[in-house]
Amino acid sequence: MLSFDALVVVCILYVMGLFAVAFLAEKSAQQGGAKWLNSPITYTLSLSIYATAWTFYGAVGSAARSGLEFLTIYLGPTLVFVGWYWVLRKMVRIGRAQRITSIADMISSRYGKSGGLAALVTLLAVLGTTPYIALQLQSVTLSFSVFAQPGAFGSPDSDATAAWIAGGMALFTIIFGTRSLDLNERHPGVVSAIALEAIVKLAAILAVGIFVVWGVADGPGDMLARIEESAIAHEPLNGARWLGLTVLSGAAILCLPRMFQVLVVENSDERHLSVAGWAFPLYLLLISLFVVPIAVTGMSLPGTGDNPDLYVLTVPLSQGQDGLAMLVFLGGFSAATSMVIVAALALSTMVSNHIVVPLWLRVARQENPMTGDMRRVALIARRISIAGVLFLGLMYYRQSGGTAELASIGLISFLGVAQVLPALLGGISWRGATRVGAALGIGAGFVIWGWLLLLPNIAETGGLIYPILSEGPFGIAWLSPQTPLGLQATDPLLTAMVLSLGVNTLLFILGSLFSFPSPLERLQGAQFVNVFEHSQPLMGWRGAVGTADDLLIMAQRVMGTGRAGRLFANAARTQGRDGNLPEPTPDFLEHLEKELAGSVGAATAHAMVAQITGAASVSVGDLLAVADETAQIMEYSSQLETKSEELVQSARRLREVNTKLTELSVQKDAFLTQISHELRTPMTSIRAFSEILMQADPVDAAARTRFSRIIHDESQRLTRLLDDLLDLSVLENGRVTLNMAEVTLGDVMDRALNAAGAETQEGIVIHRDPAAEAVTLWTDADRLAQVFINLISNAQKYCDADKPELTITVFAPGSGPGSGPGSGPGNGPGSGPGSGPGNGPGNGPELLVDFADNGSGIPARQEALIFEKFSRLETAHGAPGAGLGLAISLEVMERLGGELSFLPGPGGARFRVRLPGLVRQAA
Amino acid sequence: MTAHADETPEAATATATTTTMATTRAGRILIVEDESNILEALSFILSRAGWDVRGHGKGESALAEVARLSPDILVLDVMLPGRSGFDILRELRADTATAQLPVLMLTAKGQAKDRELAMALGANAFLTKPFSNTELLEVVAQMSSAPHAPGGAGEEG
Repeated sequence: MLSFDALVVVCILYVMGLFAVAFLAEKSAQQGGAKWLNSPITYTLSLSIYATAWTFYGAVGSAARSGLEFLTIYLGPTLVFVGWYWVLRKMVRIGRAQRITSIADMISSRYGKSGGLAALVTLLAVLGTTPYIALQLQSVTLSFSVFAQPGAFGSPDSDATAAWIAGGMALFTIIFGTRSLDLNERHPGVVSAIALEAIVKLAAILAVGIFVVWGVADGPGDMLARIEESAIAHEPLNGARWLGLTVLSGAAILCLPRMFQVLVVENSDERHLSVAGWAFPLYLLLISLFVVPIAVTGMSLPGTGDNPDLYVLTVPLSQGQDGLAMLVFLGGFSAATSMVIVAALALSTMVSNHIVVPLWLRVARQENPMTGDMRRVALIARRISIAGVLFLGLMYYRQSGGTAELASIGLISFLGVAQVLPALLGGISWRGATRVGAALGIGAGFVIWGWLLLLPNIAETGGLIYPILSEGPFGIAWLSPQTPLGLQATDPLLTAMVLSLGVNTLLFILGSLFSFPSPLERLQGAQFVNVFEHSQPLMGWRGAVGTADDLLIMAQRVMGTGRAGRLFANAARTQGRDGNLPEPTPDFLEHLEKELAGSVGAATAHAMVAQITGAASVSVGDLLAVADETAQIMEYSSQLETKSEELVQSARRLREVNTKLTELSVQKDAFLTQISHELRTPMTSIRAFSEILMQADPVDAAARTRFSRIIHDESQRLTRLLDDLLDLSVLENGRVTLNMAEVTLGDVMDRALNAAGAETQEGIVIHRDPAAEAVTLWTDADRLAQVFINLISNAQKYCDADKPELTITVFAPGSGPGSGPGSGPGNGPGSGPGSGPGNGPGNGPELLVDFADNGSGIPARQEALIFEKFSRLETAHGAPGAGLGLAISLEVMERLGGELSFLPGPGGARFRVRLPGLVRQAA
Repeated sequence: MTAHADETPEAATATATTTTMATTRAGRILIVEDESNILEALSFILSRAGWDVRGHGKGESALAEVARLSPDILVLDVMLPGRSGFDILRELRADTATAQLPVLMLTAKGQAKDRELAMALGANAFLTKPFSNTELLEVVAQMSSAPHAPGGAGEEG
C-alpha cells in the first residue's frame, strides 16, 4: 500500500500535468489551432466523460451484485450512436446554426427563446447533476481511503479530501472554462485535458483487465470458465429493467448537460461525429470488456474487501500490484475529475445565462440601464456559478455521507435529466411542438421524479421527512413515493421512470396540440426541424485563408478600406504572421465583431461574421435583432426625413415672407423717397429765398414781397403735404373715426364748392342738379366733402378747356344720368350694395355722383396711375398739391362704405362716387 | 446731408473769391429745373453773382436748349417731367461737343445711390436739395475754374 503522502504528491503532479496540457491547448488554439486539437479522435475521447467514476468503479460493483445489468448503461449510448446517428447530427447542426450554449439553451431556443423554460431546465439539470457530482467526490475519497496509509499529511480524511478535490476542480474549470466568453463557447484546454483523462482511464481499466485475465487467471479460456462458475452467469435477466435502463442511458447521453456540452457545444466539425459514431461505441466496448472478469476475480479473491464497487482497485492491491493500483487510482481520479469539470462548466453556463444574467439585467435595467460591460458580468456570473455548483455537490456528498450505492445515485440523476427528452426529440422532429407542451411535460416529469426518487433519496441519506414519504402527504397513500398510485413498487426506479416519462410525454403532446405557438416559436420550430435544409455543415474554419479574405472584404465595406486594412494588419502582426491577413482565431473574430458592431450594431455584426466564418447560419433571433436595428435606423432616418421636409417647408415659407418683406421694403423705400422729394422741393425754394432775404446785398421792395410770397406759399405746401400724409396714414391704418350723421347731399356739395373756391373764382363753371341732390345720407359729412373738394380742385387744376366746365350729376343706379355711361366698365371693384360702416338706419338704394369736366381728359397710359400716391399728371407741374389727393379720396370712400372710380372713355375726365345707405328722397 | 460749407471760415473765403471771380469772368449758366420757384431762386442768386443765367423747365427739350445756348455750366435737376436728368447727362457725355461740359446735378431724393450714379455718369458736382446759396456759388465757382475735372467738386455725402 502506498502512503497517503505519496498519493497526494502523485495526485498533485497529475493535476499539474492536466493544467499544463490544457494551457498548451489553449495557447495553440489562440494561434490558429493544432491539428490534434481539431481531430475526430480528440472529439471521441472527450465524449468519454460519459464514463465517469460511476462507470469506472460502479460497473464492476453492479456486475458483482446484479449480473450483466451494467451493460445497459453502455447499450443505450451505443444504440443511440449507431441507430440514432441522425438525431445526434441534427442536434450538432442545430447547436452550431443557432449557437446553442447548453441543453437549457437548446430547449429555450426551440420554444421561442423562453426564459422560463430555460430556467426550468437549468434547475432540473442542477438538481439532477448535483448528486452525480457528489458521487464523483465520493468515489475519489473512497479510493483514497482504500488505497492510502496514514502519512505526514495525516490520514485520509474523506471530508477534507472531497473539499480539496472540489476546490481544485473549481479552480481548473474557472481557469480553462471561463478564460473568455468565446464566440462559440468552445474550450480547447478543457477538451484536451479530458481527452487525456479518457486515455488514462481506459488504459487503467484495460491494464487491470489484462492483469486479471492473464495474471490471475490463465488466459481467456480459464476466465470464461471462472465466469461460468460465478453467480453472475446465473443472475436472472429482468427484461423490463433491461429495457428501462437501456432507454434511460440512451436518453442520458442526449440530455445530460455535460454530454450536451462535449457532443454539441465543443464540436468544431460536424464530420467528427461520423468518426465518433463508431469510435465512441468502441470505446465503451473496450472500457466494459473486462468488467465481468474483474468482478468475478474480485468476488473470488480474498482480501478485496466487501465493497464490490472498489474491486477495480482492490484486486490489483490484493495481488501486490501497487503500480497497477496507482494507474487505476489515476484512472478513477480522471474519470471523476473530467466529469466534474465538464458538468461544472455546462451547469455554470446554464446558471449564469438563464438565471443570474437575466436577474442581473432586470435589476440593472432599473438602476442604470445597460451601462456595464455585459461580457464581464457574464464571466463573473459564470465563475461564481462554477464554484456554486461544486459547492452544492460537496454539500450533497457531506449530507449523503457516502452511504448510498453509487449506481443508484447515477440512475436517479439519469432519470432527472431524461425529463428533457420528450421536449428535445419533439422539438427537433415535430414542428407542432409548443412551449406550453414542453413546459407542462418537463414540469410534470420534474415533479414526479423529484417526489418519487430525489426526495426519498435525500431523505434516506439525511434521515428527513420520513412519515410524509411513507404514508403520503396528508395520509393519502397513493401519493406516497413508496406506493405511487397504490402500486407496490418493487422497483422504484422503473416505476418512477415509467410514470414520470409517461406523464411527461403525454402532457407534452397534449399541451402542444391544444396550444398555439407564438410566431417566434413557429419560426424556430421550422429552423430546428428543417435545419438541414437551410444550414451548412460546420467544416472547421480554423486556418482558412479564404475566410480571412472574405472577412477583410466585408470589413472594408463596413468600416472603410483604410481602417479595415490597419485592423487586419495589426492582428496579423500580433499573431506573428507574415502578410496582412491574420488567422481568423476566436480572439480575432471577437475583436473584429466588436469593431463592426460599432458601425452596424452588435446583432448585425455577429450575423455577418458568423455567416462568413460559417460558424453558424443566421438564426431567427439574429434576423430579429438585425431587423430591430434596421428598424431603429429606419425610424431615425425617417425622422431625419421629416425634419428635412419641415426644414424645406420652413425655408420656403421664410423665402415667401422674405420676398413679401422685400416688396414691402421696396414700396416703403419708394414711398420715403417720394416723401423726401416732396418735402425737399418746397424747402429748397424756402431756404434759397430766405437766404437771399437775409443777405446783406439789398433786394428791391417788389422782389422782397415776391420772395416772401413764395416762401409763404411753399410753407403752406409743406403743411398741406404733412396734413395729407398724416391723413393717409390714419386712413390706411384704419384708425380713422367717422362722425356718422344724417346729412343732405346738397349741403355737402355746397360746402365742398365753397371750400374749393369754385363758385367765387373765375375760370370753371359748375353745373349742378339741386333737385337730385336733395337726398338725405347717413355718412361723415366732413370726409365726404373732402372727397368732393379733391375732385373739384382736380378739375380746376387739370381741365384744359378754353371754357372749363364741371358737371355734377346725381342719380340712382339703373336710372342713369341720361347720356352718362351709368353702367360703364369703370364701376370699380366694389360690387353690390355695401352697407354703411356706421350701420345706418336703413339700407336704401345706392346713389351715384359723377364729376365730369369738358377738358381733354386723362391720357390712357396714365389712367392706371391716377390713384397712386404722389402721382400727378404731367400737365400739372407747378400745380400745388403733393399728388396724394386721389389716393386719400379713394381711402375715404372705402371707409364710408362707398367707392371712388375713374370712368374711362372719350371726352373730359370723369370720376364717379358711389354712395351707400341712402336714407330717403327729400320731400 | 448737405455739406455745411457755409459755416466754415474756408468756405466763407471761397465765397468771396467766387463772387469776385464771377463778376470778372462772366459765363453762361443753363438751369434745367421744373419747379418754377426753385428756378427763380437759382436764377436770382447766380445772376447776382455775375452769371448769364438761362432757365428751362422741361426734360425733353433740355438737350436742344444746351445745343442752342452752349452754356459754360449746366445745372441739371434729376426729377424732370418728360425726361430724367440722368438720361440727359448720359446723352451729353456721349456727344463729343458736350462731353466736357461741366454739369452740376441737383436732386431732392437725397439718396447716396443717386449721387453715385450721377458721378458714374460723369457729373462734375452734385447737390442735394435743399442747399445753401453759398454752397451753390462755391461749387459753381470751382467748376468754372476747373472745368475739365469731372467729379472733383460737390458735397461729400
